[in-house]
Amino acid sequence: MKREDLRRGAVAICVFLLLWEAGSRSESWFGYAVPSVSQIPPPSAVLLEMSRLMLEPSFWESAYLSTLRVFEGFFAAMLIGIPLGLAMAVSRTFYGITFPVFEVLRPIPPLAWVPASIIFWPTQELSIAFVTFLGAFFTIVINVIGGAQAIDIRYFQAARSMGSSTWDIFRRIILPATLPSIVVGATVGVGITWAVVVAAEMISGGGSAGSMGGAAGGGLGFFIWNSYVGGSYTQIVAGMVTIGIAGYISSALLRTVGQWITPWLNEG
Amino acid sequence: MPREAARKGGVRILDAVKMYGAEGSGVLAVDHCTFDVPAGEITVVVGPSGCGKTTLLNAIAGFHSLSSGSIYLDEEMLCGPGRLKAAPGPDRIVVFQNGALFPWKTNIDNVAFGPIMQGLMRRRHAYEKARQMMADAGLRGIENNYPGEISSGVRRRVEIVRALMTDPKILLLDEPYRALDSLTKSVMHEALLEIFYRNRVTIFFITHDLEEAIFLGHRVVIMTTRPCRPKKILDIDIPHPRDYSVLTTRRFREFMDETAAAVHEEAIKAFDAGEKER
Repeated sequence: MKREDLRRGAVAICVFLLLWEAGSRSESWFGYAVPSVSQIPPPSAVLLEMSRLMLEPSFWESAYLSTLRVFEGFFAAMLIGIPLGLAMAVSRTFYGITFPVFEVLRPIPPLAWVPASIIFWPTQELSIAFVTFLGAFFTIVINVIGGAQAIDIRYFQAARSMGSSTWDIFRRIILPATLPSIVVGATVGVGITWAVVVAAEMISGGGSAGSMGGAAGGGLGFFIWNSYVGGSYTQIVAGMVTIGIAGYISSALLRTVGQWITPWLNEG
Repeated sequence: MPREAARKGGVRILDAVKMYGAEGSGVLAVDHCTFDVPAGEITVVVGPSGCGKTTLLNAIAGFHSLSSGSIYLDEEMLCGPGRLKAAPGPDRIVVFQNGALFPWKTNIDNVAFGPIMQGLMRRRHAYEKARQMMADAGLRGIENNYPGEISSGVRRRVEIVRALMTDPKILLLDEPYRALDSLTKSVMHEALLEIFYRNRVTIFFITHDLEEAIFLGHRVVIMTTRPCRPKKILDIDIPHPRDYSVLTTRRFREFMDETAAAVHEEAIKAFDAGEKER
């Protein structure tokens, strides 16, 4: 089963790459240029470019900066979002006070926060991390609230009649019962963080943390933007692919941790 | 059969009334209900779905309040004038309709949960007792599985064992076998009787299955459709211990004949009133 999935995945990626290659080389291969697609550099060129970039410390610096920002924002979102969500789910009063504010702020796209955030936070770095934080924060809170509110009342009744205190009920019922939703929120949230960090880097001009200066210092978003300005299309796509891979690894990592902390959800 | 075992867990329901919603416009769920659940026996309450029998069970368990009336457990008032909602406690454990084993705990963690929560036993002793009780109930080998990994019939047995861990005076079973197929059900009935003979705990059992009621019960209370009130109370004099051969005896058929009409009548009323399943 597992091996079959792996094989299917590999085949799918190969076919995708092949179609892309054929599409972007269609003019020289078939004498007919597929609209739009033929403008995109072929995957072979991108892979070549990527292997070249692998040897450049400035590329790693960019990847490192973006990863750092993602994890700063993500962990801050978990650290604040999980307790907040639980508190909102547990206390009706607290929910009544906080939820309206939360619901007004939630639909604001994280990117709309970028200018305000640049003004508000003392450093460029903090503004980007803050916008990244927002990307994951709302998703995590909403999932925690939903998960905790959906707990079957029978679990509380059973725990109560077996002599659990309020603290026991929180620790042994609410917390574990909400864990699956926390995992879902975190997995979705980290994906959003990647989307947000890149855009924030592009808009804000890459932050100020880079030691290499100029193009190298701004994270993957700035790297892509810079490649665009410099007219290097293969580099743009190489940057995009890097983000795709980084996002996949982050989600896979969280899924693994999630399976490990919610063993009762694993079948067989 | 240890007849001399201390008889405890007798429940007396006196003139219990439960009204849902605002006074006047509210729905009457329980209507001046009075009957006894004798200690050390199985009392089965039969009534159409949605008739309000679960409301009564919840009042005994302390999950819901009464509107008036009182309930006593071994001559001690659980709820009544001045305190209409009983406090939930380990002396009255509910086994729920759809089961309430904690899915995030392994079966043995579930079974050992009560004594540990109450600080009655050291962890190690609680687990020793849990292991022993599970083995006695034929549940060896699934201790470290999660409830999601075993069949619903086995889950229900684990839950009953969990309920017995705290030595409750009375077990409150709310249609525990409703979701099971009839073959599994018959096995579950004999397993429940076996547990009952071993532990002699008072059992308050709710069902809409008349055959189940007569097979299990010392006493069968047939309820009217909503608002619920005892329509007929029967003492089933088929001797215990019982097994499935009872079902084909003439006495059993007589009880069925005597009660089927009454239950059917209420079922029709419930159907006409459009009571929804709950």
